[in-house]
Amino acid sequence: MKAFADLLERLAFTPARNGKIALLRDFIATRPDPERGYALAALTGELELRHVTPSLLRSLAADRVDETLFALSYDFVGDLAETMALIWPEGPGGNTPDLPDLVEELMSTGRAALPGVIAARLDQMPASERYAYLKLATGGMRVGVSARLARIAVAQYGDIPVEEIEELWHGLTPPYAELFAWTEGGEKPVSAALAPFRPVMLATPIDLDELRDLRPGDFSVEWKWDGIRVQAVVDQGVRRLYTRTGEDISAAFPDVIDAMQFDATLDGELLVRRGDQVAPFSDLQKRLTRKTTPKALLASHPAGLRIYDILIENGQDLREMDFKNRRNRLEDAAQHWPDRIDLSPILQVKDWDHLADLRADPPDAVIEGVMIKRRDSPYLAGRIRGHWYKWKRDPMLVDAVLMTAQRGHGKRSGFYSDFGFGVWDGDRLVPVGKAYFGFTDEELVELDRFVRQNTTDRFGPVRAVAPKLVLEVAFEGLNRSNRHKSGVAMRFPRISRIRRDKPVEEADRIETLRALLPPEV
Amino acid sequence: MRFSDLLHPTERGLYCPVADVYIDPVAPVPRALVTHGHADHARAGHGAVLATGQTLDIMALRYGADFTGARQVAGPDPVQINGVQFEFAPAGHVLGSAQIRLSHRGMTITVSGDYCRLPNPTCAEWQPLPAHVFVTEATFALPVFTHPDPMGEIGKLMTSLRAFPDRAHMVGAYALGKAQRVIALIRAAGWDAPIYIHGSLQALCAYHQEQGIDLGELRPATAETVTKAETAGQIVIAPPSAFNSPWMRRFADPVVGFASGWMQIRNRAKARGVELPMVISDHVDWPDLTRTIQELAPEETWITHGREDALMRWCEMTQRVGRPLRLVGYEDEAE
Repeated sequence: MKAFADLLERLAFTPARNGKIALLRDFIATRPDPERGYALAALTGELELRHVTPSLLRSLAADRVDETLFALSYDFVGDLAETMALIWPEGPGGNTPDLPDLVEELMSTGRAALPGVIAARLDQMPASERYAYLKLATGGMRVGVSARLARIAVAQYGDIPVEEIEELWHGLTPPYAELFAWTEGGEKPVSAALAPFRPVMLATPIDLDELRDLRPGDFSVEWKWDGIRVQAVVDQGVRRLYTRTGEDISAAFPDVIDAMQFDATLDGELLVRRGDQVAPFSDLQKRLTRKTTPKALLASHPAGLRIYDILIENGQDLREMDFKNRRNRLEDAAQHWPDRIDLSPILQVKDWDHLADLRADPPDAVIEGVMIKRRDSPYLAGRIRGHWYKWKRDPMLVDAVLMTAQRGHGKRSGFYSDFGFGVWDGDRLVPVGKAYFGFTDEELVELDRFVRQNTTDRFGPVRAVAPKLVLEVAFEGLNRSNRHKSGVAMRFPRISRIRRDKPVEEADRIETLRALLPPEV
Repeated sequence: MRFSDLLHPTERGLYCPVADVYIDPVAPVPRALVTHGHADHARAGHGAVLATGQTLDIMALRYGADFTGARQVAGPDPVQINGVQFEFAPAGHVLGSAQIRLSHRGMTITVSGDYCRLPNPTCAEWQPLPAHVFVTEATFALPVFTHPDPMGEIGKLMTSLRAFPDRAHMVGAYALGKAQRVIALIRAAGWDAPIYIHGSLQALCAYHQEQGIDLGELRPATAETVTKAETAGQIVIAPPSAFNSPWMRRFADPVVGFASGWMQIRNRAKARGVELPMVISDHVDWPDLTRTIQELAPEETWITHGREDALMRWCEMTQRVGRPLRLVGYEDEAE
């Protein structure tokens, strides 16, 4: 248990993603089965221990600690498990069982016996282990480890492409002993699960100059829709909807699952659609954030699929087939789909200049560019050059005023590197976004110097700066937002230029941004 | 005569009207008694100051030799002022720190100042000064605060140095007391390489060494000649405010640590951007605070600054008389 408690502690205080991956990799390398598997499952929320509720913990605490003192402490600490871990009176001690024993105990203990079991364990442990144990019991580690990050760590440890791990993941259950055996030179596990996720084929970016080296006749072109890339799988009646990294999002999209009346693995875009209209990305986001979906939202935000490709049909693997033939199979299959599911149309393109014209004026606001696919390519896992290209629409640009700055970590220690900016709303600036990349190292030094010389206020690690500097911000799209005062939220904002030359009065106005919002459907 | 006739809170701090002296006044007064050299307790500009020799030296280092009109060293023998007797005894908080016991016509009050009961290689150990009234701090007066063994916390730093031998390890520590204690603990852990210190720690570290506290070889971390290569895998001690300055860029991919009792609370550590929190405190934790009150068994416990609500509740639960003084001007965050 100590090793897991230490890992949790280090993850919590390691801000960098690569640092977290390194910690996980080291843990996998040094801890035995089944401990490492249970630890990974606990961190990624895949251990289902649903009986341990906050109210159970509160009542346990009430048996040991004065209620007023507990309330004052919780108020100060702000986290129930942490308060419990710190305030729990030091017990008689003893040997803490290993993580696997504790997990299995929590899984197998009935609701009635659970409080007694937890209290006895807390009495055995020192404070750092009490914290880890309580986080284990309640779930929600909040140390910034996603399932994807965990899979990357496993892939790095075993020197295996992460796509291969993603493909297997849904057939595996904690503590993943067969997966670790494979990373250490053993046999690759055979996934017995129905409707597994298959690694997705990804595109590399391209521009007009690079396109001119390619023959238009070798390629097939489609719109790139601004939804979520998904894989819809039906296998002997088992239906699943996966994101392109293999997260199972079936539960959030029962309407799509119901419509999946086929036996195939399809590659497509998840979109919210109202009749013929495709709704903007922000409408899809409302559906994505939920684990389950209320009826009213299903009615107001109906989801559907626009299909790009077919990987498997009636158990037959088509991935070795070239794109042209897969497309033929796909068009045949599309005859039987219900309304919610349709085919992504192929664009008739004479040459690349013609495509440039189409791209500049797409027929729908929810199109974010074009996809260019080699007609004789098989369906390949991952992002491999030479097969699929994406030519995204040019980023949107806005001239905004630097308003706040926050200190960076690691190699950016000592620099203000996270910038908040705003645009004019009347004679006031309203914040519209934050960006922490896009600038060069030299520009970072310049921005940092500006922040230090123009600080007007400090809030913890954040500084407010005088509105004097205009930044050109590039972003991929704009959503309506109720959370932001400005009513807009940018996607992938980054700082593309420092506009020293531009007076702040000439920065953009909020009306300019609102005009860029997608129409409400 | 009531206890409050001998000592009571005012806007300037605790005041003894019989002797006409203030203890740790937060604004200039004609006559001040000072428990220790931290800036919120020891201020410049008084008419006269009575404090331990080390506290007077520290005040002179911080504010210049003319920090007060007159000064008097509080030695082992009690001092009489207008019929009130004042005794100074070690508080175990920082070098020179003292508790002060007032005695007048058979009535006694002990003002603890800030205090700590864990052994500390940089200052004399806390001694009990029983009295009718015990005036205590309450900086860490919540049952969630149990300070771990400081050597274990230094062990985290040593582990990180082994794990990241290419990164400079920056340890935030306040200039008086904490910085020197952290250095002494690092030496006790067997680290005998030079330790780099921020320029603002220079004078106080030198003073500790003059007072016979061995801190080993210290090098200036703010010298222009310090290179990234030189400090990679080395320890740098600095006041936490220095971490916000461009000075940080001189170090190789720094690991930011902070030695403070507040580091026990995750959100506090994270909000400061700390990667290596070390729970090392110069104050009593909850078990020591409540144990001290039990041992001294005063008729009344007065609480100066910190989390008085929880300590008041504990007094109520243990049938003791507690009284919050709600003194203003003391920074319980600066630990």
